[in-house]
Amino acid sequence: MLQIRRDLVDSIVAHARKDHPDEACGVIAGPEGTDRPERFIPMLNAARSSTFYEFDSLDLLKLYREMDARDEVPVVIYHSHTATEAYPSRTDIKLAQEPDAHYVLVSTRNPETAEFRSYRIVDGVVTEEDVEIVESYMFANTGSDDKPDS
Amino acid sequence: MAVTVSIPTILRTHTGGEKSVEATGKTVSEIIDDVESRHSGLKARLVKEDKLHRFVNVYVNDEDVRFAGGLDAEVADGDTVTILPAVAGGMR
Ligand SMILES: [Zn+2]
Repeated sequence: MLQIRRDLVDSIVAHARKDHPDEACGVIAGPEGTDRPERFIPMLNAARSSTFYEFDSLDLLKLYREMDARDEVPVVIYHSHTATEAYPSRTDIKLAQEPDAHYVLVSTRNPETAEFRSYRIVDGVVTEEDVEIVESYMFANTGSDDKPDS
Repeated sequence: MAVTVSIPTILRTHTGGEKSVEATGKTVSEIIDDVESRHSGLKARLVKEDKLHRFVNVYVNDEDVRFAGGLDAEVADGDTVTILPAVAGGMR
């Protein structure tokens, strides 16, 4: 299951809307070992395409260096589909290389409502998971880590 | 002195969980061969038909080797070689 703050969901959807009809992409980083998405990092889609997304290679290096320095991991990796459902494509699955990440897909095909879904993609196998949207992680049951955060 | 090779999460199964390993070599290709000699299976994830895999990025310090000679890119003692899988996807 992905537990995620409402403001982060809103940020992802807003980014997807803004870049439509191109695919939008980015990361929500969180402290290593917590599985808690915290820091919204929109990325440029270097492919600038409505059917493909790719982080710019130097942006990617900068992102991972920064996360390393802050003891963060990419808890969520998101991208949008602009004309199809929010389900990973064959290429999305083939290229997914972060086994610990929640792969979030947003569809902007409907201008009124956005589809927001989350998946695990490990060794080419996709598993959809529930998304629990919370106002704050403070009151949510986050397991062993009971420190209030935001 | 040697070169530090930073290993991404998905390839740490080949390095016993290590985030980085030491290696020696004068080019990216030699570095990969040296790492492969101790952590077999890694090379196949990076190199295909004598070229870097399209969706794996390799950097020498701050430079993407794709723009610096690819597998022939030069590496010096004390450099850091970073391996990062591309974050990408799409319909085509
Ligand atoms: Zn996609």
